Amino acid sequence: MWIVWKRYFIYWPEKQNVASNVKQLFIFIQKEFKHVFRDRKTLLMLFGMPTTQIILFGFALTNEIKNSEVAVLDAAKTELSQSIIQTIDASTYFDVRYHIQNTKQAETLFQKGKIKAVVVIPVEFKEAAFAQQPNDIQLITDASDPNVSTTIRNYLTTILNSFFAEKNKQAASMQIVPEVRMLYNPELKGAFNFVPGVISLVLMLVCTMMSSVSIVREKEMGTMEILLVSPFKPLYIIISKLAPYFLISIFNLVFILVLSVTLLGLSIKGSVLLLVLASALFIITSLAIGLLISTTAKSQQNAMMISLLGMMLPTMLLTGFMFPIENMPLGLQMLSNIVPSRWFFIIIKNVMLKGLGFMHVWKEMGILTLMAFLLLVVSIRKFKIRLQE
Amino acid sequence: MIEVNNIVKTYNKGKVKALNGISFSVGKGEVLGLIGPDGAGKTSLFRILTTLLLPDSGEAQVNNFHVVTNFNDIRTCVGYMPGRFSLYLDLTVEENLHFFATVFNTTIEENYHLIKDIYEQLQPFKERKAGKLSGGMKQKLALCCALIHKPAVLFLDEPTTGVDVVSRKEFWQMLGRLKEQGLTILVSTPYMDEALLCDRIAFMHKGDILSINTPKEILASFHRELFAIKTTKTFQLLNALRSLPDTYTCFAFGESIHWVPKIHTTPSALQSIIQALDENATLEKINPTLEDCFIDLLNQPNASSN
Repeated sequence: MWIVWKRYFIYWPEKQNVASNVKQLFIFIQKEFKHVFRDRKTLLMLFGMPTTQIILFGFALTNEIKNSEVAVLDAAKTELSQSIIQTIDASTYFDVRYHIQNTKQAETLFQKGKIKAVVVIPVEFKEAAFAQQPNDIQLITDASDPNVSTTIRNYLTTILNSFFAEKNKQAASMQIVPEVRMLYNPELKGAFNFVPGVISLVLMLVCTMMSSVSIVREKEMGTMEILLVSPFKPLYIIISKLAPYFLISIFNLVFILVLSVTLLGLSIKGSVLLLVLASALFIITSLAIGLLISTTAKSQQNAMMISLLGMMLPTMLLTGFMFPIENMPLGLQMLSNIVPSRWFFIIIKNVMLKGLGFMHVWKEMGILTLMAFLLLVVSIRKFKIRLQE
Repeated sequence: MIEVNNIVKTYNKGKVKALNGISFSVGKGEVLGLIGPDGAGKTSLFRILTTLLLPDSGEAQVNNFHVVTNFNDIRTCVGYMPGRFSLYLDLTVEENLHFFATVFNTTIEENYHLIKDIYEQLQPFKERKAGKLSGGMKQKLALCCALIHKPAVLFLDEPTTGVDVVSRKEFWQMLGRLKEQGLTILVSTPYMDEALLCDRIAFMHKGDILSINTPKEILASFHRELFAIKTTKTFQLLNALRSLPDTYTCFAFGESIHWVPKIHTTPSALQSIIQALDENATLEKINPTLEDCFIDLLNQPNASSN
């Protein structure tokens, strides 16, 4: 069987020349594009999915603190306390909504969920020498969500610290204040972490789903029967199935990048060429997975389910953009190694956010190349040159 | 052109038998019709001959190529029209034809003479999507796509099922013209009137070929007396006849009942047997149709051995 198979894939009858093969491939690829552009559902999946994901992850599902409502209890009522409150209000993170008189009021506001924090400036708050000590100011936060509470506390402290540092610039201070620099993402924007994640997720889903569904559709519609009983080689069927979706995915990648730059204000630090190259590698890997799914899936729905359920969860959980892989149990860490998006995520983060060159991602690129190669070989070998019984 | 020798095909690891070692051959320019109920094994046979399935045992050759070892040679020289409409529904008539012409390494212009008669009827709809065509038009398009590369052998699996009477007639006229051009055609059909137009007919039943012969010979081989009974109470009379010991076979045929009695007697004696069951029934001796021959074959003891 293997010999027959090999001959069928590698041997070409002499009368067929290269030109006609190229013509065959071209019309097949053209046909695939027609399928895509004539089907509204496919188009929606191709362009709706990345857009919604970018918007969802970029704006809605962030762990950033933006315009959190806070209350102030200004008992000192001095010029300094007023300017502190203004500084807090002026930051994009906080919005001073309530000016309250006692802590009881704070309690009601917390219970109603109106505010995330209260800044208390006591009566004793003096302008003079003590003013350098921001610890005179009390911060009360709603710790029902500990992460948010911690972030708010950190942000408020940072704002206050920088306020006093500014005030006391002239007066030489002997204090040692650690100066924290957030590298690569100084504003701690959630989008910076999510965009590479969304790119991996969307490319993975779109590629596996499109390629597996389009092949299974030919089986379901019965057109595969005619294609097999034709001089068109099965290897060509595979190539002409993968090529259009490769091009579409590259376009999709550019689309996501443009969205991230324009909508989310992300800037691509590293080489765009390297980014596209790594993505192309990842796209081929995902297409090969789709091809593999198509060899076993019985119906389009079946293929869609395997691509969605089988790919979405591992990609979301084991890629590292939602949950850091280092914190996972050893078993899951090992498992994450076979998830292609895990490696792609590292590459894209390094290139896009850190601006690193090829020397820093060659290992991950190598792993992806190996995965793509293995998956392609296995799926081409499993591709049925006859009907399944 | 087609040689089939003792082909056996089973599914589900031998549990379901599709073909029980059938043999036949089809000569160049011959039209062989496969007749048989669903599950007779017609589609399995088509798929084996078009190299889509591997037989369990037996040998078959198409255009002198072996269906297992030389399958890629067969794939270049046969035209195949599967039982289900299998073209791209979202492509237009012209796009479908152009696509299949290119895939088969040819152009519409090169072999236009082959499909001219058929394609001229499709011409007004060439911008229409294949999914929006009527049943008859779909089948004509599928035939065009199967013919465009000038195949030596044409395999048509129930090409006229679900097609209106007029289109069916046209379709068979086209097959007649293709046959004149020297094409070998293997066609299956559930319609007995179409079977009459074949050079030879193979009656298939449960994976066996019960009989293979020209329509004339098959009709001549029917040796019993056949009567058509007309009545208003078809159902009741049919049941009554079935329980009659003198009945050899009886079945509903259109609006009448076809009845083959076991006994040889005068028409008036038969008339009285029928009138005893249903006084309004009228009896008439008729010549057998292919369907009668098929049912007769099914009732022969050697046929029901499987």
